[in-house]
Amino acid sequence: MKLNKISISVLALSGSILVASMTSASAEDVLSIASWGGSYQDAQSKALFQPAAKEMGITIKEETYGGMSDVRLRSKSGATQWDIVASGSGSAARAAAEGLLEPLDYKVIDVSTFYPGLYTEYCVGSDVYSVVDAWNTKTYGENGPRSWADFFDVKKFPGTRSLRDKYDINFQIALLADGVPKEKVYEVLSTDEGMKRALDKLRELKPHVAVWWKSGAQHAQLMKDGEVDMTTGWNGRFDVVRKDGAKVDYDFNQGFLDYDCFAIPKGAPHKELAMKFLAKISEAKIQANLAKYITYGPANKKAYENGLIDEKVAKTLPSYPANAEKQLRINLDWYTKYGEKASAMFQEMLTE
Amino acid sequence: MSETSLLSRPNEKQLYRDALWERRTLLSLASPALLSIVLIIIIPVAWLFYLSFIGKDGGFSMENYARMVESKTYARIFLTTFKVSALTTIICILIGYPLAYFLSQLPRKAANICMLTVLLPFWTSLLVRTYAWLVILQRNGLINNWGIKLGLWDEPLKLAYGLNGTLIGMVHIMAPFLILPLYGTMKTINQDYMKASANLGATPIRTFWQVFFPLSLPGLSAGTLIVFVLCLGFFVTPAILGGGKVIMVSMQISNNIELFFNWGAASALGVVLLATTMLILFISSRVLKIDKILGGGQ
Repeated sequence: MKLNKISISVLALSGSILVASMTSASAEDVLSIASWGGSYQDAQSKALFQPAAKEMGITIKEETYGGMSDVRLRSKSGATQWDIVASGSGSAARAAAEGLLEPLDYKVIDVSTFYPGLYTEYCVGSDVYSVVDAWNTKTYGENGPRSWADFFDVKKFPGTRSLRDKYDINFQIALLADGVPKEKVYEVLSTDEGMKRALDKLRELKPHVAVWWKSGAQHAQLMKDGEVDMTTGWNGRFDVVRKDGAKVDYDFNQGFLDYDCFAIPKGAPHKELAMKFLAKISEAKIQANLAKYITYGPANKKAYENGLIDEKVAKTLPSYPANAEKQLRINLDWYTKYGEKASAMFQEMLTE
Repeated sequence: MSETSLLSRPNEKQLYRDALWERRTLLSLASPALLSIVLIIIIPVAWLFYLSFIGKDGGFSMENYARMVESKTYARIFLTTFKVSALTTIICILIGYPLAYFLSQLPRKAANICMLTVLLPFWTSLLVRTYAWLVILQRNGLINNWGIKLGLWDEPLKLAYGLNGTLIGMVHIMAPFLILPLYGTMKTINQDYMKASANLGATPIRTFWQVFFPLSLPGLSAGTLIVFVLCLGFFVTPAILGGGKVIMVSMQISNNIELFFNWGAASALGVVLLATTMLILFISSRVLKIDKILGGGQ
């Protein structure tokens, strides 16, 4: 009896899948979007995808994926591509260099009110986050580190540190700590001496680094447990654990403004519709929704105008003009050109 | 003379045919297993081997191996992997041997109950156990909080995030792999040998070293080898408890996939690790007569 029930439900399920795939194959106005899943995709879905799809009268088929390596796999195996994928800015740039992405048509997508540097030929910014220095308020109270020089100064701020276990922004913050002005960082980092200078500075701090963190969840947990006194990390994560009672604070000074973005893989079945959809979700009105669900800022500056985002919330977002001003941008050119070399140097320093 | 008479039995051919038929039947019965081994082990490994020679541009290249020779990083990572594996194995032996000996001397019922304490962690998820150690060992963890409260030490000890934490976590996970074969071997040692030794006037210590210990060696070497080889491919525990300071080969494999965006760079590391592991198994099979230990030589 039990078996019967199961087989019936299996049959029913496969039937509905069949129907669903048939309808989606016949309808022209269905877009497949792949993103990272979890609370992040949840926020994207409620804030961006659903409202935009409703306005355009189309259907969105959402999927979860493992990043650009999945796009590469699909492209190599000849499987049907997604129409739109969400990605980190760095991996999107590398995927573009590899020829996996379709160039975006900025005649369709209006980026005139975007922050400069939050879109490239192949990907358009979806949300903005910031890499900041966070400190334990139990150890330092209100007088936490206000710059990377403070972060590297173990005499003025005794205590343990945590940095990411990849090169990421470590070279940049080392140079800032060593006194290189904000505007010159990438220029200096584009020379062998500059890279060596940054690495030496990191080497100096290494004995005080208690943990090299791997993920956002980890650096948030490290601060919550009081395992380290200072860490680099993604601002949103600290907000979440602070709400949970963690003794942590951070500020945006000398932070690194980075962004997630949307791209269209080469071979996407509904390229033109995808382009229009990207134009829609890049509009200020839609972009302003995101902050309701997650503490990431819009890539479109205009979303901050006309009270689209509550002023109190807006002030805490990384791309709020006053916050954005204090920060540096992620220079993707540097990552494409010197990333591999920097990574190898960093790895070697780690294993010393 | 008896041999010739045996060979010239009248139904010899029929018997031979029967034997052949039986062997073929057995082989065909084993064919699903053989097929699945080919499918899930041999083909992927061959594919891995092939990929390791594919360079960035998609053509044949040795660059993935050249990188391993040129950069100091890889040599250090292999060294760390062997160091951590060897240390884990040694600590496992130091803890596991006395425990297995103690268990083997207990009456059966008591031994079974004590064995549960060895097996219980064995049945718990590796990830759960690793995070449990993190809670116990970290700066504001159980051990440091109590130690400081009781005045045993003033500054929190660095237990988690580093070599210490990695070793503690790995020993906890690996110990049953050593204790189980060791206990099995010790149980088969005839207690009469020990009595005979005592009867001949040997002290208990001498009896242990000259009679019991050599007889327990097959179990010890089997356990040692299992632990060491399993350690070589460890990922989760060093990744979590090592705090980024203990980088083992398996972790570098995953790093390489993210970093070089190509499977070749990761495959080459996998091939080298596989080759080293097989070399170790080969040498130990010669030195330790591993086939006898694992029961194949009987």
